[in-house]
Amino acid sequence: MRINPRTLSAAVFAMVLLAASAGCKKKIPVATAPPPSAPTSTTPPAAPPPPGVSAARINSFTAEPRSIERGQSATLRWSIANATEMSLDQGLGAVAANGTRQVFPSNTTTYTLTGRGPGGTDTRSVTVEVSSAPAPPPPPPSRGPTINGIDLLTREAQDAYFDYDKSELREDARQAMTRDAELLKRIFAADPSFSVAIEGHCDERGSAEYNLGLGDRRATAAKEFLVQLGVPADRLTTISYGKDRPVCTEENEACYQRNRRAHLSPAR
Amino acid sequence: MLGVGALLIPGQEIRGIISKGEKPAIAVPDFRGAGEAQRFMDTFNATLWDQLAGSGVLKMVAKSYYPLEVPQQPQDFKPPTTLGSTAPAAPGRRGDAPKPQSNGPWLTDWSNPPVSANDLAFGYTAVQNGQLVLRGWLYNLAQPDPQSAQAIGKIYFGTLDAEGAKKVAREFAADILQFFGAKSLAGTKIYFVSDRSGAKEIWSMDYDGSNQRELTHYKSVSTMPTTSADGRLFAFTTYAQGNPKIMVYSADTDRRLPFINPVSSAVETPEFTPDGHRIMFAASLEGWVQICIADTNGGGMRRISHVRAIEVSPKINPKNANEVVFISGRGGSEQLWRMNIDGGDLEMLTSGQGYVANPSWSPSGQLVAFAWTLGYEPGNYNIFVMDVASRKYVQLTHGSGRNENPWWAPDGVHIVFSSKQRQVTQLYSMLADGTGVQQLTTQGNNIQPVWSKATN
Repeated sequence: MRINPRTLSAAVFAMVLLAASAGCKKKIPVATAPPPSAPTSTTPPAAPPPPGVSAARINSFTAEPRSIERGQSATLRWSIANATEMSLDQGLGAVAANGTRQVFPSNTTTYTLTGRGPGGTDTRSVTVEVSSAPAPPPPPPSRGPTINGIDLLTREAQDAYFDYDKSELREDARQAMTRDAELLKRIFAADPSFSVAIEGHCDERGSAEYNLGLGDRRATAAKEFLVQLGVPADRLTTISYGKDRPVCTEENEACYQRNRRAHLSPAR
Repeated sequence: MLGVGALLIPGQEIRGIISKGEKPAIAVPDFRGAGEAQRFMDTFNATLWDQLAGSGVLKMVAKSYYPLEVPQQPQDFKPPTTLGSTAPAAPGRRGDAPKPQSNGPWLTDWSNPPVSANDLAFGYTAVQNGQLVLRGWLYNLAQPDPQSAQAIGKIYFGTLDAEGAKKVAREFAADILQFFGAKSLAGTKIYFVSDRSGAKEIWSMDYDGSNQRELTHYKSVSTMPTTSADGRLFAFTTYAQGNPKIMVYSADTDRRLPFINPVSSAVETPEFTPDGHRIMFAASLEGWVQICIADTNGGGMRRISHVRAIEVSPKINPKNANEVVFISGRGGSEQLWRMNIDGGDLEMLTSGQGYVANPSWSPSGQLVAFAWTLGYEPGNYNIFVMDVASRKYVQLTHGSGRNENPWWAPDGVHIVFSSKQRQVTQLYSMLADGTGVQQLTTQGNNIQPVWSKATN
């Protein structure tokens, strides 16, 4: 009898869901594309310096980046020779011969650097393009205090843990569910539209078929206990995930115990 | 690791097949092809051998024992001449019978030791009008001459490529297996669950693992497939709409059919009645998953069990629609139980030890295959087969890993099952005595195989 070689491992392909943005009533402004390589500095034709006297000369004057979004900064950088007075306009005042300056223009701004010397004056300008940042998407439709309920539930609800092949609530599970009952009452009082799904889970050792029933049983046991403590039954649903949604996959009792649980989640 | 099972399986159905002495021994020498046809003969010979060997009903005589002279057609057989007074006696000890002199291939070359075959398959292929033509014969070697030995002598046509070579090999093998009374699995289909596309979906493949195809695309969790006896319907459990529910599909169109689920937080493990008119399943009612029955559209739902225990996986005897086996936790740990379809005459079939899952009836309605942790830690299932009348059982796999989800093939000789080895679960087929294990899947994790009849 021929036995095929066993494949030792097989790839499990992760599914990537690309969430498309929900339709909004307002059109989101599109970010402006940078202008097509606008000149950043203009150099007036330099007059020939008087013979024998050196004229002030701007060797370089740049802005980096030349194009920013509002709220961002650009760095001006320059180098001037033979000048005795050096200044930037736009209220920036006197500067050194070589230097940098961080600027936060809120609109497109042209900065002019002037150097004066005994032999003459040189000026050069650089423009920082400022585009407005794309508007954020409009806030989701208001759901009132629901957000709060989801946060509270996610942060504070405790799982009830079970013994293998059992759906009876242990003492530690009853304590956890007692605290959960108070939490649920607070959340439900704050938000009349909030409801909670009680998930039942199992460790991986039982059969898939029986575990679906066992998870259902665990969720039901948790629900019955919460209802006994005064949580309204019509705000609670149950769903069994059997062993299909484990929180861990190691083959040891610590992991098995973490998976044998009833878990509270916001109902969809 | 998978092991070889014990050979004493109860039940008339497979007794003759598994006791090795009773299997006919067949010799299948390599066929050759004329001209262009020879290019595809490796494929042909491998396919023919695998089909016959995989059937489980024949003892394949190893090729190393075969004589050098292999017949390709009936006229190649030449009776040996018995040496008499006309020729000088061959050297030999005094008292030896005169040795026959070979004139070519002869029946006894194959029936005598070391080959000791009962039957011989031979033939050849050639190209005719652009087609691959196989001429195949099966000879019963107990007969005295080629004329009376011929059991099969047929011509098969295929395309002149590897697929054509496989096709004619399969058809010839099917004829040989039919001659020996074995049912062919050709055309049968296996439904199963795979996560290879990122979510658990229902898939199907041919009986030999070829042609694997994704049938559902819910990107949720879709599991526990089953099929109707005629192979025209399949059903499964899915989370596609929130809580687990049953969906029913047409196998002909792969389209969903209407099925109204009961109001319940969990509906699972569907099973068609043998007549295909109703569906049994397990549904959470009053806090416990219980056995129910309804029409195939979900109407006329009736609860069968009323017990504070989890009960799943109802499986109806294909030869006796009144008899149901199922898994119940009513005695403590989940065990294999049987009952009448109305819920009466309950009895536990397994011993109460360990945990039991996944019952599947043999086509004869005598045997049930199931997974049991007997002798192992919880979760470490092995495949067992039980004769329901006597409750005698045999263990087919002997691994410390998970061997579960057994399902009988329509031929009653094979079982498909899942096995978790090195963190990955794949599907395998084996003979019902635990031998002849063949791997069917390699991609992702694959579970819950269901062997469906051919629908055409």
